Amino acid sequence: MTALTMASQSEEDTRLPPVPWRRMAWVIWRQHRSALTAVAVFLGALAVSLWRIGLQLHHAYAAAAACRPVLSPACDALQTSFSGMDILLANGYVLQAVPALIGAFAGAPVLARELETGTFRYVWAQGFGRCRWTLAKLVPLAVVVTVAAGALSVLLSWYYQPYLATRNQALFLPEDSPLTNLFVLRGIAFAAWTLTAFAIGALAGMLIRRVVPAIVATLAAYTGLAFAAALYLRQQYLPPLLSRNLFNPPASAWIIRQWWTKGGTTLSQTRMSQLMRQMFYRIMRGMHAVNDSHVKAQKGQANLEIFHYLTRHGYAQWTSYQPASRFWPFQWIEGGWLLTLSALLIVATLWLVRRRAA
Amino acid sequence: MNIVEASGLGKRYGSTWALRDCTLAIPAGHVAALVGPNGAGKTTLLNLAVGLAAPTAGAVTVLGGRPAGSPAALDGIAFVAQDTPLYKNLSAADMLHLTRNLNRRFDQHYARARLAELGVPLKRKAGRLSGGQQAQLALTLALARRPRLLVLDEPVAMLDPIARHDFMASVLMAMADDGVSVLLSSHVLAELERVADYLILLSQGRVQLAGEVDDLLASHRMLTGPAAEVGQYARRPVVRLRRGEAQAHLLIRATLDDPIPPGWEAHPVGLEELALAYLREPGVAALPGPARSRYAEPSEVTK
Repeated sequence: MTALTMASQSEEDTRLPPVPWRRMAWVIWRQHRSALTAVAVFLGALAVSLWRIGLQLHHAYAAAAACRPVLSPACDALQTSFSGMDILLANGYVLQAVPALIGAFAGAPVLARELETGTFRYVWAQGFGRCRWTLAKLVPLAVVVTVAAGALSVLLSWYYQPYLATRNQALFLPEDSPLTNLFVLRGIAFAAWTLTAFAIGALAGMLIRRVVPAIVATLAAYTGLAFAAALYLRQQYLPPLLSRNLFNPPASAWIIRQWWTKGGTTLSQTRMSQLMRQMFYRIMRGMHAVNDSHVKAQKGQANLEIFHYLTRHGYAQWTSYQPASRFWPFQWIEGGWLLTLSALLIVATLWLVRRRAA
Repeated sequence: MNIVEASGLGKRYGSTWALRDCTLAIPAGHVAALVGPNGAGKTTLLNLAVGLAAPTAGAVTVLGGRPAGSPAALDGIAFVAQDTPLYKNLSAADMLHLTRNLNRRFDQHYARARLAELGVPLKRKAGRLSGGQQAQLALTLALARRPRLLVLDEPVAMLDPIARHDFMASVLMAMADDGVSVLLSSHVLAELERVADYLILLSQGRVQLAGEVDDLLASHRMLTGPAAEVGQYARRPVVRLRRGEAQAHLLIRATLDDPIPPGWEAHPVGLEELALAYLREPGVAALPGPARSRYAEPSEVTK
């Protein structure tokens, strides 16, 4: 090779643009098609079964909700049949594992497999450049799993509608607050948690460099974060409302804390409940229950009487709660911080790839 | 142009220096061999040169001043890592396609023709090819990128003698055809004698000897003479002394013109012999040009 050709080739090298991003499309598809197919099959199977159970559930709910009179034995049977359906999925706990599983099995191997098998020494030495390669892998895969999770959460929102309908309490049907346990399965939270799980997986893979330990670490980190959010963070997204003597708050409200005061002293809700229970049984002894529905109605009446008795004697009940109307603000807040966290995790992964090679 | 230029280059893993104070300049147009015992820092130096590792100290540039690992550097270097890592579940054809997608230049025709010639089945998964075929596939992927520097880390360590011979022949042919410079590490000294024309000896994380093979061989001689007279060489640049009952063998740095004392015989040395002598004496160093050395005058080695 002469000096002349060397010089001209050198010039040509600096002039040419980098390898185009779109070339990674084939690379991603070829290397991750089995993982993506597995995710698609898993979510597809889940969607089909949710759809089938969901139809029955909606059917049972419609029958129970339309039944009149509410306290008749026939309606009671319909209510029981609705609330007895779908024990496994009713509270959504099982489905909350879905983002973690997608994140762990789709996110963790992306870098960990390359590092474990040594192929990073092949792929990072190619002309594409290792930071661009990492970005070109993580971002499209993250988008794909997030969109897939988002599509599933639309189905989940439909599935869980009966549990969240506002008149349920009056019909003696189960009614959950949209802010508590079904919160992460609906709206944008489900997709956001999936994205976060994926980003945790990618970072864990880069840090741990082994596929199986990275998957385990991802599941552990995700579980920790999910519990922290459910137990501590979510209730503080917005300052809770404080209400005085709000007897019988709507079932859709998320009650953070309740306590009683009289004069300058405070009584915890737990202690007051004990006292109220004692009084309740004293009142109930005089009543004769005809059937279950009557007991339900009488219980409500008795509780109200105790409550009024207490307020007349200078007691005040305080309730701090998050109203159901905050569902969407909470969804956006949760989606926002999860998106930010995911972006930070991916940036951290990129930084590690850039810095901690070989 | 220097294909690799390092100044004060060092890499530390934890508290251990894998490579330290490495200063060298490897000119283009050579098959440069990086030789040293296990743990000498060969892989570390290669990883630094291809940008897979970031230096703890100093700097390294490739292909005439491009920072190692920069896009321009990656574009001109093809690296075949130790044990030739490939995606085991991809077919040879997929590996070609993958490499083509990840690089600006890739000669698909050449790669396919070369694999056909070598009898590497395109449809077979890389993990199911023989060790020799995997090495040839990795080399093909590297050569089809039309690099100007080919870096090979222990390319023949895992191969049987025939595959080893074929692999090295392929490297030499590529060098002759395309004018690609080669930097390879190995501890198979006999193999290098046939292919290398530039030698870098690494020992305990430091460069011990570096230079063109012809120059190194011309500047070293093996002297054989009476063991009793060894003392008179005390001030000569002796690399290694082997003392027998009656005779002593001295590897010294000397040119052919240097006078030989009466009663002594001088022989030229081979590359393997030279490398072994240096490797057995890690304290002795001889470096060309800009390199510093505490032990030797550089001028004695290179002209």
